[in-house]
Amino acid sequence: MRTTWVIGKREFAAYFGSPLAYVVTSIFLFLLGLFFFFGVFHQDVGWPFYVRKVASLDNLFNGSQLLFLFLVPAITMRLFAEERRSGTLELLTTLPVRDIEVVLGKYFAAFAYLLVVLALTAVYPIYVATLGRLDWGAVAAGYVGLALVGLGYLAIGVFASSLTQHQVVAFVVALVVALPFFFLHKVSFLFGPGVGNVLEFLAFRPHFDGIARGVLDSSHILYFLGVAAIFVFLAHRLVGGRRWR
Amino acid sequence: MAGTETMVTARDVTKYYGLHRAVDRISFDLHSGEVLGFLGPNGAGKTTTMKMLTCFLAPTAGSIKVKGHDVSEEPLRVRQMMGYLPENAPLYPDMTVMGFLRFCAEVRGITGRERDLRVGRSAEQCGIADRMRDPIGILSKGLRQRVGLAQAILPDPEILILDEPTSGLDPNQIVEIRGIVRELGRTKTVILSTHILSEVELTCRRAIIVNQGRIVADAPLEELRGQLREERRRYLFAVGAGSSGVVPGEAEVRERLRAM
Repeated sequence: MRTTWVIGKREFAAYFGSPLAYVVTSIFLFLLGLFFFFGVFHQDVGWPFYVRKVASLDNLFNGSQLLFLFLVPAITMRLFAEERRSGTLELLTTLPVRDIEVVLGKYFAAFAYLLVVLALTAVYPIYVATLGRLDWGAVAAGYVGLALVGLGYLAIGVFASSLTQHQVVAFVVALVVALPFFFLHKVSFLFGPGVGNVLEFLAFRPHFDGIARGVLDSSHILYFLGVAAIFVFLAHRLVGGRRWR
Repeated sequence: MAGTETMVTARDVTKYYGLHRAVDRISFDLHSGEVLGFLGPNGAGKTTTMKMLTCFLAPTAGSIKVKGHDVSEEPLRVRQMMGYLPENAPLYPDMTVMGFLRFCAEVRGITGRERDLRVGRSAEQCGIADRMRDPIGILSKGLRQRVGLAQAILPDPEILILDEPTSGLDPNQIVEIRGIVRELGRTKTVILSTHILSEVELTCRRAIIVNQGRIVADAPLEELRGQLREERRRYLFAVGAGSSGVVPGEAEVRERLRAM
């Protein structure tokens, strides 16, 4: 646990030393602004804030989930790929550490960075609250939901990064693996009730909606933690894979 | 090194990369206080062997034990006893020397005053004490190698494994690094790999020569040096055996060597 903390701390600090994180975060915030106020992608995100005239952050939560598809792979792509390329993975994993401590350290660091990005969106609830009566409970539930969606996508990103030494490949793989989780519920009607229900269950969105409604249903939380656990486990196997006989 | 503890026992260690056999039934023992040079051309299996010793790669067959602990079964225990400088000294370029050394200490569970003490001492020993605040990315190759070395000796390990510690350095840097390694060899068990014969001669007391994944010689350095001298003497004799002052051709030298 202590080792996980030490590794995570280093990894988290590394985000602030690289220009990439600043660029990606800026783009995320910029696009989020377009979604929120100007109705870009309104089919997915919702009508612009000033058109809806409702004191709610739905646009923020919808837009964030769409942007996570790109933001999260950009955050996670370097975690293992860069270390493989530069050879530091060998240095790190020949220290007396368990592979799982390395994987979790990196995973939690990426999550901490995502929380920083989410904290930067706090200007939205503050602004909206000045214009109307904002339901702070719904805001809190929405952010918890976003954090859980983030945990799911981040685990996929860590897994993708552990596959390769090329950051671009890690980004693309993370995006491709994450896509079904993003849209499966939208196509579930094509498959009839049986398969359709399964697809509905696999997608992130219905679980997010459950949490955002404020119903504290543990099954939704367990779902996200389960998805995260599966991909973290896969990443762990891949990082330790070189030791297979 | 009679009467000392056996630190490393390698038995029939074999490593395949796919179908390519990188290391082929290597066996050796290493005793405490020995400074062992792994000598061989590029691609001979030196680096692969180092990686197996440090539990980075698992051997395909055979066993490696470090003070009785198997590298496949107790990798954490084994790695606690080792300091390792991988080939080309991979480091985090965005960290400062100080930050990096502290990180390596903390990962090993060395914290607080003890950490600062050890970081200071190993930096001193490797001659980087005045570069502690520099980002590693701006350092020269030689300095980076020293940071890697400092990281390896920081936990005061019983065994030091140095993979090509002088490759890619300029002559001055090579001399400096060799000096540090010689100094370390006085108190520690060291394995170092290199493809340069003179490096082994200058820093090691025992050499294992590997070629195409196999051990072709394993002997104390004096013995190897004797063999080499003998071979060189015979060669020179063969070359010089022609009267006339004309340098003989290769075929002729071979003929004479065979005749001896």
